[in-house]
Amino acid sequence: MLGLDDADPLPGKHPGLTVLNDRPVNAETPPHLLNDSVTPAALMFVRNNGLVPRGLPETPTTWPDDWTLRITGEAVPEPVTFTLAELRRRFPTHTYQITLECGGNGRKEFSPPAKGNQWGNGAVGCPRWTGVRLRDVLEAAKYDPRKAVYIGYYGKDTHLSGDPDKVPISRGVPISKALEDESLIAWALNDEPLPLLNGYPLRLVFGGYPASCSGKWLSEIAVRDRVHDGEKMEGQSYRVPCEPVAPGTAVDDEDMCIILEMPVKSLITSPRTGAVIEQGVPLSVGGHAWCGSSEVARMDYSIDFGSTWSRCRLQSPANRFAWQRFTAEVTFPQAGYYEVWARATDADGRAQPMVLPGWNPRGYLNNACHRIAVKVV
Amino acid sequence: MSRKLRYVLILVALIALAGVGYLLFDREPEPQPTVAKPSRIVDGLDMDTGLIAEGDYLLVKGNCLACHSAKLVTQNRATREGWLEMIHWMQEKQGLWDLGAQEGPILDYLATYYAPEESGRRPPLEDIEWYILDTID
Repeated sequence: MLGLDDADPLPGKHPGLTVLNDRPVNAETPPHLLNDSVTPAALMFVRNNGLVPRGLPETPTTWPDDWTLRITGEAVPEPVTFTLAELRRRFPTHTYQITLECGGNGRKEFSPPAKGNQWGNGAVGCPRWTGVRLRDVLEAAKYDPRKAVYIGYYGKDTHLSGDPDKVPISRGVPISKALEDESLIAWALNDEPLPLLNGYPLRLVFGGYPASCSGKWLSEIAVRDRVHDGEKMEGQSYRVPCEPVAPGTAVDDEDMCIILEMPVKSLITSPRTGAVIEQGVPLSVGGHAWCGSSEVARMDYSIDFGSTWSRCRLQSPANRFAWQRFTAEVTFPQAGYYEVWARATDADGRAQPMVLPGWNPRGYLNNACHRIAVKVV
Repeated sequence: MSRKLRYVLILVALIALAGVGYLLFDREPEPQPTVAKPSRIVDGLDMDTGLIAEGDYLLVKGNCLACHSAKLVTQNRATREGWLEMIHWMQEKQGLWDLGAQEGPILDYLATYYAPEESGRRPPLEDIEWYILDTID
């Protein structure tokens, strides 16, 4: 069963990715491999709920023109179908650099442990996405703005059990989010066809929301007259307690609320943790900071466990929802063991916590400060 | 544990499981729940799956891995109640079958070998691989 399959479990991906699960395929990128300002395709993390559709090329070089996308749901007068070729020809094309982060990124640290893939810090990436605005396509399908509440997607991935009637995942976003400029139906990542494991040939991209909203292998978008009720929208999936709870609390489904915007966060991508340096030599530290709504306004680092903080240089984002590069030259007062902690603060003054934020049953939204170990000798 | 003792334990477990399986089959034929065959064990781990090759791991191998990878088990930690909750969720949402008499032994195995560890609000950094950083550009 397992182990007999010789096929590459991660086609098109860097060998340095950490595989958390091979059925379904889930893999994260260690922070030091995420140092590029624009994340290369091979380093984009993989998070799947179902099985990758069969019959698609492992390393795509072109697009299937006849791939179809249906626009359905209560808030369109009748279903409309577009081929991928029609999407590309008919609508204006846009490119944005957009951060996608799994809602469960950082789950590994929660105590008591939260169930699911035990993500470290690397279920995040920020490549350039090219496609058409979802808004333009919904308008072409004559969606009814008075009725539309939510959009929900369906893709061609299949359920783990092999049951063709079961949908592995069908999530979505409120219509207001769907209509934003940066909300894309995308076919390209860094100007190439999407990697198979990231949704080739067509997917949604919503910046600032849990990446599970950005459906892959996209075949249908339903414009709903209610909050979408697809697989993994309800119950406890991608939800957190509506009211804060003590760690380990059992929370009823009706007391769980859907995660919308992701919190402010940052990652030290250079150097790799464990650096040994000589005393008196400044250490160049760099990384990225991002948040779900506005912009990251301020970036600080600490080498004394938060007792004192120093400012990092922080670049502006390439566009809304793109992560921002930060850098700092760090000097250490004497030899010994240090941790460099990084803390981002958004434009609304919300900073990353140094301890774990609010415990929740499924372990979402851990935006605690990232840190690396450094030894000065 | 010595190789011989382990062998005997596995044999005993297998005979016991075969008995449970027979009883189940005799009462109510259920084609799905199965006991997997043992495979190579290295350093106490089942080489097919990475599961800790102790207790009723063959029941986990036979039932849980029909749908998902063993990594979904080995990377998680939970109490007996927590594992039961996950099984119920899989039965409600994901098409997992009724585990019948095998549920108890499966839960015992999971709660014993994949139990939660106390880690606090920020554990110390672990498994640091120190390396000399070349600071000359």
